[in-house]
Amino acid sequence: MIRAVGSVTISFFSQIGEISILLAETARNIFRRPFPKRNFFEQIVKIGWSSLPVTFFTAVSTGAILALQTGYAMMSMVKGTEHYVGGIVALSVVRELGPVLCAIMIAGRAGSGITAEIGTMKVTEQIDALITLSSNPVHYLIVPRVLAGIVVLPILTLFTDVVAILGGMAVAFFELGMNEMQYIDTTIDMVSMTDINVGVVKSVVFGVLITLIASFQGFRTQGGAEGVGKSTTRSVVLICMSILFFDYILSSVMTTGI
Amino acid sequence: MTARAPDCAIEVRGLHKTLAEKYVLKGVDLPIYRGETLVIIGQSGCGKSVLLKHIIGLHFPDTGDIFINGEPLNEVSAGKRREILASFGMLFQGAALFDSLTVGENVVFRHIQSRRYSKKEMDRIVAEKLDMVGLPGTANLKPAELSGGMQKRVGLARAIAADPEVILYDEPTTGLDPIMADQINDLILHMKKMLKVTSIAVTHDMVSAYKIADRISMLYNGQVIETGTPRQIQTTSNPYVKQFIHGDAYGPITTVRSFGQNGRRK
Repeated sequence: MIRAVGSVTISFFSQIGEISILLAETARNIFRRPFPKRNFFEQIVKIGWSSLPVTFFTAVSTGAILALQTGYAMMSMVKGTEHYVGGIVALSVVRELGPVLCAIMIAGRAGSGITAEIGTMKVTEQIDALITLSSNPVHYLIVPRVLAGIVVLPILTLFTDVVAILGGMAVAFFELGMNEMQYIDTTIDMVSMTDINVGVVKSVVFGVLITLIASFQGFRTQGGAEGVGKSTTRSVVLICMSILFFDYILSSVMTTGI
Repeated sequence: MTARAPDCAIEVRGLHKTLAEKYVLKGVDLPIYRGETLVIIGQSGCGKSVLLKHIIGLHFPDTGDIFINGEPLNEVSAGKRREILASFGMLFQGAALFDSLTVGENVVFRHIQSRRYSKKEMDRIVAEKLDMVGLPGTANLKPAELSGGMQKRVGLARAIAADPEVILYDEPTTGLDPIMADQINDLILHMKKMLKVTSIAVTHDMVSAYKIADRISMLYNGQVIETGTPRQIQTTSNPYVKQFIHGDAYGPITTVRSFGQNGRRK
């Protein structure tokens, strides 16, 4: 028992260590020429553009459900407060739900893809081949992915915010019979630039987490198709857990900072 | 330290390696002479590929070193190491082509990355190398559109694209039909004649080994137990080598289980 707990703990911390080393290595390789332009734009399309439908759907339903639940709750509790629905929806989406839900959807969609792709390259010796052809796998594979994550996640998060707010507004208008101007007014009233910044900072961190952990798990893949499957699953679980963990850390740091 | 013989292109000296808690290489000593083709034979999983990957710098030894033109590969600076290894080409077991790139881009991958070549020059190199391996006109295909044998030939074209001094072959004929395997053997002989390269091949295909080798070394239990010309190996008195080259299930090389002829455990 003690041995099992010990070995899990050791492997947990050694993985954190390895990921940190990979992060440093990636940072060091970002400025190396030639910049892998083609891979970078490919990843922007893969992580960003192709994830638009799934983020759109997540955002609409999140905004709508949030508006519906808070709207009904407020109507039944304190009459006359329901016009705050817009502000409440917007605030929760911009600060918390937008960045987190968007990042979790991207983890499932793009993170798994990155791990599967790099993992397959690993088990078919393509990573070894890269090295024998005088290329650095971190520079060629990880740098474009991490940079694409840093660029794409904030954009997708802002997109999620806007769509969720509009989704909430549609519900407020059609279901709760609210005036859309009231909804917009409270939204603008309650959401400050700081709230938006908090969301964007989080999304940048999540962008790094998703692409870095996904690449790391890909590089660690061993043993054929089964290994690729295992590391893909592990990658998504690890990314989601770390997103939630860092969300708490960032929330508490940035809220006390305000 | 310098290499033992002046014509020694590569020398493996006292190489020990433990991988995943398994003691794989237990003191390998192996000189490889300039311009020769050395074939390393041995059972699957005996560390042949691991040895090959040490020679091309993909693995780092626990102790011992690889001397390339007299320079210890794992003691020189990172820049020097890169420079030494740039003159190496490797054909991987499964070809290891980059499947997101075309055949042509695979062949000149190194040239594209170095950014020192014009499009025209690279097109010329692609055409020339694909011609050498007998696959002209395939430059714009994706690796997935090729058969296994064709992929291996593209892998070879990629390995020779930068005119290497040393080519390493990891199981070049494994998984190919006998005719395709023989074509690959011919290609390896052709490369040696045309490019005057030093070659090291790892295989357990004895037909291939006899055909391409100048010398054959057998790796057993993490050590080189015999080295000789194909003729010497064929007439060896070493019981381990004898059992291996004749593909005999019974002999001093222990397998997991041995069964008698009627299927009962011996």
